[in-house]
Amino acid sequence: MFAKIQFYLKSFLFLELLKGMNVTGRYFFRKKITVQYPEEKTPISPRFRGLHALRRYANGEERCIACKLCEAVCPALAITIESEQRADGTRRTTRYDIDLFKCIYCGFCEEACPVDAIVETNIFEYHFENRGENIMTKEKLLEIGDRYETQLAADRSADAPYR
Amino acid sequence: MSIWGWLHEYVQFTIYSGVKALMILLPLFIVVAYYTYAERKVIGYMQSRKGPNRVGPKGLLQPFADMIKLMFKEIIIPTNSNRYLFIIAPVITFAPAMAAWAVIPFNDTLVFSNINAGLLYILAMTSVGVYGVIIAGWASNSKYALIGAMRSAAQIVAYEIAMGFALVGVLMVAGSLNLGEIVNSQSGGIGEWFFIPLLPLFFVYLISGVAETNRAPFDVAEGESEIVAGFHVEYSGMTFAVFFLAEYANMILIAMLCALLFFGGWLSPFPDLVGDSIGWLFGKTAVFMLLFLWFRATFPRYRYDQIMRLGWKVLLPVTIFWLFVEGVAIYFEVGLFV
Repeated sequence: MFAKIQFYLKSFLFLELLKGMNVTGRYFFRKKITVQYPEEKTPISPRFRGLHALRRYANGEERCIACKLCEAVCPALAITIESEQRADGTRRTTRYDIDLFKCIYCGFCEEACPVDAIVETNIFEYHFENRGENIMTKEKLLEIGDRYETQLAADRSADAPYR
Repeated sequence: MSIWGWLHEYVQFTIYSGVKALMILLPLFIVVAYYTYAERKVIGYMQSRKGPNRVGPKGLLQPFADMIKLMFKEIIIPTNSNRYLFIIAPVITFAPAMAAWAVIPFNDTLVFSNINAGLLYILAMTSVGVYGVIIAGWASNSKYALIGAMRSAAQIVAYEIAMGFALVGVLMVAGSLNLGEIVNSQSGGIGEWFFIPLLPLFFVYLISGVAETNRAPFDVAEGESEIVAGFHVEYSGMTFAVFFLAEYANMILIAMLCALLFFGGWLSPFPDLVGDSIGWLFGKTAVFMLLFLWFRATFPRYRYDQIMRLGWKVLLPVTIFWLFVEGVAIYFEVGLFV
């Protein structure tokens, strides 16, 4: 009986509705957490997995030795590698393609690489304007690696203690 | 003799009325435009977001950007729809929403048409709007639209009655159907306003007003999570904009009626300190307009059967009970009810 009266009193006085409106009313004056994207950006982890790149050694020699571990581990079959033997007896790739439409950005290629050649940068703002641009060729990957080498090295060294 | 004098009396009257109507409708359109902006801002703020702030300073030009976008969008008419009804439906919703403003008094003298049965006219006009919704749902020849229209029809029927009864309470106390006289009978400070003796009826009116305009938490007619957009799924561009305009004009109308019928309209709450002015009316209306947005930011959508239960089994008995109390009180001339 008492519980019933209490129930009616509660619903006819809009107590719970007022509680809800109190919550939204307080949030109205809270600090806003919107990030104004192109001007403001959220911090990026050194482990961020974005666009791919191929790195070089300090002497300018490309790191990739065409072991094809990345090709083997790639769950999306996005990597295609062809290789040949150079005159000095070392093995290097002649073709290193990553199809970005197939790639799922899992980072396994980077994990598999014994020489830290294929890496994923923290670049996430890129687009394609024509068909075929989604295939990252060896030249494009090396160019990205050259351009962002300082950033890549910094990210790797920042993450190194935890690996 | 001026050109004005040459015109026939009827022509003069038509031009005069047209200008007067424009003086109400143009500000109304601007308020509607900025009401949509305010809605996005307020709801954004309540969700810890900033809301639109890109177009113009603080996003103030956003409503115009939206308007221009809608105007240039193609109006798609579904192949198997009833073309004539499909086009006329938004107009049927829009016209009564605008026409209802004819009898709204802004102060003692500022009213487009001071008719005696103003309250009745408002009730009639706000109920006609639902025909547009039903016709839109039917003419679209779409399942979602039809479901939305059916829901809307049932909901309006349920809440129209409670709303009508709530207004009966007002006219019993005021002794008039004329909106200006209703406001004037509340003169004498905040203690004389009708929301005190008619508090339950005020809440019933506010709730059924929200339901009547198909706003959250009563927006099952468009319930985007279940039936996409309800009755206006198939509408695009300007036809959609007209529905939108009508909905927001109706919200403002309900807010203004709350202020006029229960909160003394343009009357000052403390007549000894501050004079009556049109500013009071707009201020009170703005509070109720804010409430609409606040409700939407707070409450989850009612289930359809819950809406019916609330309308028929709660609001209706409450209004009838309070009408009875009120009738007895008026008969015996009890305090505030006189």
